[in-house]
Amino acid sequence: MSMLLETRGLTRRFGGVTAVDRVDFALEKGELRCLIGPNGAGKSTFFKMLCGLLRPSSGKILLRGEVVTGNDPHEIARRGVGIKTQVPSLFDGLTVRQSIELSALRRLSKRAAAASATHFMERLTLDKFESSIVGSLAHGQRQWVELAIVLAAAPDLILLDEPTAGMTKEEVGRTATLIREINRDHALVIVEHDMKFIRMIARKVTVFNQGAILAEGNVESILSNQVVRDVYLGKGAGHA
Amino acid sequence: MDVVLVVVIQVLYAIASLALISIGLAIIFGMMRVINFAHGEFLMMGGFACIMFADAGVNLWISMLLLAPLVVGAIGIVVERLVIQHLYGRVIETVLATWGLSLFFIGVASITVGYFRMGVTPPFGSIRIGLYSEGVYTFFVIGVAVAVVLGVYLFLRHTRWGLIARGTMQFPNMAAALGVNPRRVYAATFFAGAALSGLAGAVLAPLAGVVPTSGITYIAKAFITVISGGATVVAGTTAASVLLGGINQIVTFLSRPVIGEVALLLVAVILLRFLPQGITGRFFRRGL
Amino acid sequence: MRSWNSFGILFMMGAGAFLIVALPLLVETFVLVDFTLYAALAILAMSLALVWGFCGILSLGQAVFFGIGGYAYGVSVLNIGDSTLPVALAVLLPMIFAAMLGYFMFWGRISDVYLAVITLTVSLIFFLVINSTSGGEYRIGAAPLGGYNGIPGLPALNLPGRPDRQLDFEEMYALTVALALATYFFLRWLLVTRFGRVIVAIRENEVRVGLLGYDSRKYKLAAYVIGAGVAGMGGALYAAWGGLINPDVFGIAFAAQVIVWVLIGGLGTLLGPVIGVVGIQWLVGWLGKMKITDANIILGAIFVAFVLFAPAGLIPKLRKIGVRWLNRRRVSASGSVESGP
Repeated sequence: MSMLLETRGLTRRFGGVTAVDRVDFALEKGELRCLIGPNGAGKSTFFKMLCGLLRPSSGKILLRGEVVTGNDPHEIARRGVGIKTQVPSLFDGLTVRQSIELSALRRLSKRAAAASATHFMERLTLDKFESSIVGSLAHGQRQWVELAIVLAAAPDLILLDEPTAGMTKEEVGRTATLIREINRDHALVIVEHDMKFIRMIARKVTVFNQGAILAEGNVESILSNQVVRDVYLGKGAGHA
Repeated sequence: MDVVLVVVIQVLYAIASLALISIGLAIIFGMMRVINFAHGEFLMMGGFACIMFADAGVNLWISMLLLAPLVVGAIGIVVERLVIQHLYGRVIETVLATWGLSLFFIGVASITVGYFRMGVTPPFGSIRIGLYSEGVYTFFVIGVAVAVVLGVYLFLRHTRWGLIARGTMQFPNMAAALGVNPRRVYAATFFAGAALSGLAGAVLAPLAGVVPTSGITYIAKAFITVISGGATVVAGTTAASVLLGGINQIVTFLSRPVIGEVALLLVAVILLRFLPQGITGRFFRRGL
Repeated sequence: MRSWNSFGILFMMGAGAFLIVALPLLVETFVLVDFTLYAALAILAMSLALVWGFCGILSLGQAVFFGIGGYAYGVSVLNIGDSTLPVALAVLLPMIFAAMLGYFMFWGRISDVYLAVITLTVSLIFFLVINSTSGGEYRIGAAPLGGYNGIPGLPALNLPGRPDRQLDFEEMYALTVALALATYFFLRWLLVTRFGRVIVAIRENEVRVGLLGYDSRKYKLAAYVIGAGVAGMGGALYAAWGGLINPDVFGIAFAAQVIVWVLIGGLGTLLGPVIGVVGIQWLVGWLGKMKITDANIILGAIFVAFVLFAPAGLIPKLRKIGVRWLNRRRVSASGSVESGP
């Protein structure tokens, strides 16, 4: 039972507001977990602490059993964590190829990085945008570029914060397929609101509410959980 | 005892002059996020306007407190309409354009006035404090500084215009929806900042004289004071002026003017490094 | 993108060959003397292009390293007698100082504006301190610091190890231009290495670079230090060229000039700032000679016009015009337009 990621009592306060409240979270190697919850429930804040963008107010974060609480983002990234943030964080002035190569360059030689970029562009059907400036791409394509950048760094754990936001139905379907593929080699934690999408990919779901974990279980049991449904106030299985 | 009194007066003067030269820049930067590199030249032109009117026979006080600010304020409006308004939000471009304006004004001043120093003797004469004599004008400058800072605070806080200005700066679209014309507010704010700079330049002119390049000596200190102070106009400028001006003068008193200046700069560097939002980013955050 | 880069390299090689070999045969020596100055300043401009244009560090006080280099050369050449070690010191000392200042700034993760003001403030500190060193008691060994008058009587560069054999105007010209070209090619090369790509990415999105596992602080520090060394070398050449170094190099007017060269030439390009500095310096000199009106008025008006009509700078504007022209030819050739993404 090797826990890839664990948090113990993880807390983050902003002034008087407790955004994340003593969260105990555990993820196994290769697991795929969905994180759901109303807006403001603390999911993005939780993610930001996991990748080092925010320092926890208290509590611990462990990666493969080692404490990484309070580490800088680049240190955590080197331990194999990649994140696709809620608002796409990209290199708007670089081309798609340059962006992906940069990610791969940290571990690979220039030639290998170029090959890696070719591979991911094909896999994510970005090859016709190879020389396009990232800033000029449509929103859905930018999300995929960010995904390619994250994948090219070969992380063991991938955090995706609302990967299907702003995507068309067709793009959502493709993303689901892609995520199932990625899950073969990587662990994933995905924050999402789109229930149909979650049904397409999820096994285990964690529900956040007001900074704490409300419930955890497989998709069906969570969706039929009355407390969870109340918290969503009518938003639920039918929500797209 | 007299020494202490004189030192205190000198410190207050240093703080006051720093606040005076900075408040105009603080208004323009704090409210519009515009970095006006021609700020020093507004001060310089205020000084020249005052001296030229006074030389032409106009009463010194009217030249200094009314005409100089009006002239520079008018120049400010022209600058804002012609140049600045096209560049809102583009920081680098505003820096370059205002630096161009700065050169332009220096050039115009050089041609108009020549390269020699213009001056006016400080009015009021001096008073004795024990063994020392201090110009009464020094107290006048301190008084003007206090009046200006207080005036800006009261205006922004308690008048309808001040409220409109603050609101427009934060949410121009909302202000427009409420019937306010944001462009007019920007022009008016720039006018205010320029006019106050003109006033400062005019008030300081009798003490230091004015040359076309006077602005260059002001801009650095003003810039540093405003950025160190942080985003809030009055509290930031006041806090930074007190801290930097005070240290400047105290260190000067303990050693030499050069070391005092260096001390001011060193303190600013440390401030900027450890209080990255400026003084009022950390304290008085919700202030004005 | 790639074709533009090769164009730039070819252009520089051609221009370089022309400048070093052909030009001395075509013009008077005093023109070469002017060009020597331009080349030294171009080196400074390229250092800011690296630090600001490519890494995104708004180093308003970049000229401080130029000044430290100049003074390092001046003080050490008067003490040592041979110019070789002084030039090395002129490169090394700014780098050491940049390492300390850079560490102080970058490890604090402060924002652009505050960083810019700090660099400018540091430059002013140097200005104030050196400006006040008039009087014979302020000297380093055999070199009086000279306060606002600076240090005069600096010997020209000499052949390494032969202090009696100094370079004449033509030789100094050729050397300075060659060093400027070497700087250009060195920086061009640097930008295609992994290091270069990371610093450009830092300019684009520093947070994302960190999330990919790069410690951006170290990369920024390295870029800053390299830029300082380049600027320092420019400073030494400048001091050797004029035989003089004074505190004006630390002043706010000169600092702003360097910024303006880069902005007018094109932020984010290497060639742009070079053209910017040569163009502006030449223009200032020409205006001075023509005595039409005060040079500042014309210069200022040009800057304002630039900002309003060519805000990205000269080179990008020319590039855009060039690209549009090329596209028009491609359209007429193929009869259709290839649409972008």
